[in-house]
Amino acid sequence: MIKKYPIYQVGMVTLMLFGLLEFSYADDGFQQQRAVLVAEIKSDVEKSSDFLEKDQLDNRVLDAIYKVPRHEFVPVKQRRWAYKNRPLPIGYGQTISQPAIVAIMTDLLQLEQTDRVLEIGTGSAYQAAVLAELVDRVYSIEIVPELAERAATDLQRTGYADVNTRQGDGYYGWKEAAPFDAIIVTAAASHIPPSLVKQLKPGGRMIIPVGGQFMVQHLVLVTKNTDDRVTTRQILPVQFVPLTGQH
Amino acid sequence: MKASLPLAYLLVVSLTSASALAYEVLLMRLFSIVQWHHFAYMIISLALLGYGISGVFIALNRHRLKRHFPTVIVTNLLLFAIAMPACFLLAQKVPFNPAEILWDPRQLLYLFAIYLVLTLPFFFAANVIGLSFYQYKENVSFLYAADLLGAGIGSVGIILLLFGLFPEKILTVLLLLVVLAALTVSTYAFDRQQLNKTKWNSAFLVIAVIAILFLPSLTTLQISPYKSQSQLLTMPETKIIDRQSSPLGLITVVESNKLPLRHAPGLSITADTEPPEQLAVFTDGDNMSAITAFDGDPETVSYLDQMTSALPYHLHSLSDVLILGAGTGSDVLQARFHNIKQIDVVEMNAQTINLVQDQYSELSGHIYSSPEVNIHITEARGYVSTNDKNYDLVSIPLMDSFGSVAGLHSMAENYLYTEQAIRQYLQRLNPDGFLSFTRWIKLPPRDMPKLLAMVINVLKKDNIAKPAQQLIVIRSWQTSTLLVKNGSITTDEINRIKQFCQDRNFDLVYYPGITEQEVNQFNILQQPFLYQAATQLLGKQQNEFIDAYKFNITPATDDRPYFSQFFKWQTLPEIISLLDSGGLFLLESGYLLLIAALTQAIVASFILIVLPLWLWKNKLGIQTDTQNYKQVLVYFFCLGLAFLFIEIAFIQKFILILHHPLYAITTVLCAFLLAAGAGSYFSKRLSHYADKIIIMLPVAMISLLSIIYSMNFEEISSLLLSQNDIARYLGSVLLIVPLGFFMGMPFPLALDKLSQTMPELIPWAWGINGCASVISAILATLIAMQFGFNVLIMLAVVLYLIAAYHFPTSKL
Repeated sequence: MIKKYPIYQVGMVTLMLFGLLEFSYADDGFQQQRAVLVAEIKSDVEKSSDFLEKDQLDNRVLDAIYKVPRHEFVPVKQRRWAYKNRPLPIGYGQTISQPAIVAIMTDLLQLEQTDRVLEIGTGSAYQAAVLAELVDRVYSIEIVPELAERAATDLQRTGYADVNTRQGDGYYGWKEAAPFDAIIVTAAASHIPPSLVKQLKPGGRMIIPVGGQFMVQHLVLVTKNTDDRVTTRQILPVQFVPLTGQH
Repeated sequence: MKASLPLAYLLVVSLTSASALAYEVLLMRLFSIVQWHHFAYMIISLALLGYGISGVFIALNRHRLKRHFPTVIVTNLLLFAIAMPACFLLAQKVPFNPAEILWDPRQLLYLFAIYLVLTLPFFFAANVIGLSFYQYKENVSFLYAADLLGAGIGSVGIILLLFGLFPEKILTVLLLLVVLAALTVSTYAFDRQQLNKTKWNSAFLVIAVIAILFLPSLTTLQISPYKSQSQLLTMPETKIIDRQSSPLGLITVVESNKLPLRHAPGLSITADTEPPEQLAVFTDGDNMSAITAFDGDPETVSYLDQMTSALPYHLHSLSDVLILGAGTGSDVLQARFHNIKQIDVVEMNAQTINLVQDQYSELSGHIYSSPEVNIHITEARGYVSTNDKNYDLVSIPLMDSFGSVAGLHSMAENYLYTEQAIRQYLQRLNPDGFLSFTRWIKLPPRDMPKLLAMVINVLKKDNIAKPAQQLIVIRSWQTSTLLVKNGSITTDEINRIKQFCQDRNFDLVYYPGITEQEVNQFNILQQPFLYQAATQLLGKQQNEFIDAYKFNITPATDDRPYFSQFFKWQTLPEIISLLDSGGLFLLESGYLLLIAALTQAIVASFILIVLPLWLWKNKLGIQTDTQNYKQVLVYFFCLGLAFLFIEIAFIQKFILILHHPLYAITTVLCAFLLAAGAGSYFSKRLSHYADKIIIMLPVAMISLLSIIYSMNFEEISSLLLSQNDIARYLGSVLLIVPLGFFMGMPFPLALDKLSQTMPELIPWAWGINGCASVISAILATLIAMQFGFNVLIMLAVVLYLIAAYHFPTSKL
């Protein structure tokens, strides 16, 4: 019978394979994958602890990465790679950032539960969800209308309705909610908007990834001291010294 | 039986060759727009393997193909015509994203698919030419002459077309050109017994009509969504308002009605002003610059004073300023803001100037027409070497547009950033004047240490007693500016530098007398890398520092004009070990892509040449008991390598004399190919001499001329540079012609000999030559980067001598 109907046979096998794939998408599977991802991030950070000036990331940040369902923030066809430590395309020439970079950037902001955080460039809304796990008030602005709409819906759907979202120009920040304890700028800009620096509280921190959509080259951490003096720190996400003999 | 060669057939070979070369240049343009230049180079290099595949294909099927020669030729012409637009459109549909290549293994498959698709048009074109060599083997020298003549015409033709039409529209022109070739061959070269002319001519006309009616609307460019132009266009109420094309690049003007553009790279974090209204200008969908609105009130552009590049205007009063590579004019506005009365502006791309001067002159406040500004549409090196005017400031801005010409040739040779260039800039300075370079900050630093090494080298070589007294370096988190003063820096100037940096949150990197405590204050790096580089490079340990640096910061020279080549093999293992933990950005991908392209070309050539030799030796026409085929292999392989080595090296050398890279490349390439065509035509007259004599004559002349030119190039160039434009071009062509003439001989001479001894091997030899040419183009760039053009020329001479030794004699 089977020999007579090879197409039927191929069809059955294909269906079974799809069934198995679907099974791997089940929530339990995703949770397990998140645990693996967190372990990967931990090990990466240990290898290059120099730039963070500590051996490991804040446990609260790692917990947030463990908790936020990244697969809910990526396009359906990218879901099977949702917990790979890599950026993924989300349409409109944008990407969802590499989880390790999200974790490091979030850690560098040194957030407290009561902090008020502004994000410029909502994108997939994954970063906003991670922030929402850590602080009470998150404000996020996205300039591309389609992305802004999708992000707002995804945040609602995944239980992060408290995140305040807005579609529009992020250059002047969010005046009604300013000042902020921390700002994260993931939207590409030719310079750091001075108006955003002004919306930082004294002692506040701002983080900006520099590089292309698929590759962060370094991070810029802007710190406003309590006396309003502003400094930036340029952080390489790996341990690398440009001269031989210096390690 | 001897086949007689119809004259019309030579025209067809020329048209095919012209279209194939034009298509190659066009693909380079198209892929530089929709993708990125480096990948475009790799893709097109590999696609040229179509020539190698064709050689093997003809060699294995030569009897069948020869039997149906007329049909095979018109079929291949028809397929070539259709494949040119069709394969580009298909390749564009492949969802290849170079940025993801190290994340996603599927990208390699997509890349391979693009190679395969783009190989097809070259395969069909090569079939026409390769099979012709086999069919009309007694007339190889005429055919090869027609082939080279066509290539020469194609090299000029495509440049002219790119000035007149958008690149995607040229696909239709090339299709029609090949259809014309097909009609010619069908009508005049074959008779009715050989070909059903009515059927074929009708097919050609139908294709032509369909192409004219539908192709222009089908050929739209799908630019990668990750290029900055595509990203800006995702913003609300943003649209393209102008497109202009030239061989230097596709310029697109984008207007944003709702959101201000605010393009101010390097703006101080403490700036309290921002740019006025702007239009975005993209070259090849990337490299954004802006046309800034200017109403004559300098205060509206005061943001330009909040950049590291504004430093020289604060040190002392300046009168004459030269801006090399002014682009859309932000550095001109910066000079205007500082009330400079004499601004000489040099910009190579006339279309960029026209945008600001004509189309958007109202918006730009007629900045390029104002009495203070003198425009020079020319190349920067040419301007400084032929003009003896001196300036208080010579500025090489951040957004120089000179890189865009690299689209024509490989990994950007850049004659703006060489030791010889720096010396010429310094010679244009008034006493106490400044030479200023502004560069993006790269971490870990690469270009600024290299630039410093070059400047210090020049000052030391010119016997400047204390180079350290003439240098200033400052940086923001985003840009750094290096100033070289024609004189010693004064205490007053040092105080001004400190104030300038303090006001803008910029860091001091180097000034005479700086201490380590003063650096790394506002924009803090893990270590003060640039300060360390400046002090080490100024000290006695300069060479040790360059050796110990993990990136290649060896000064670039005119013989090795690769400023942007920072790759060092010694660092590769360390970077590979960091790849898993985010060290990807440390890879100098441009260089590695060249290596990848070379590896792929070698593997593909091995498969194309060695595998058939192993599997189908008999089918190729090689007798099992003979070893003489090895001579054919070595000869044609060496020839393929050597021809392009010399051609590429001399194109680069003549850029310095002819200045404008685009015109230089076109002139030298065209002169080379036409002269080689003439050489090929003439070679027939040598065929009755003894074997070794006929090959030794051209090889001896090639070697002699190459060595003379290469050893005396400085004298030749200084003689030509003192002449006017016409004499310079004429002189260059006169030097190229004899070299090209003799270089056109070895290939047809050997094919002619083969036609008498082992004609079966002609298609195989054609394939070997094709494979070697692909390897040669990539290898030439790598050798020039590592050892310079002179070494490349010497290697070519050695290869020619090896080839001569293996000349396939009549005794084969």
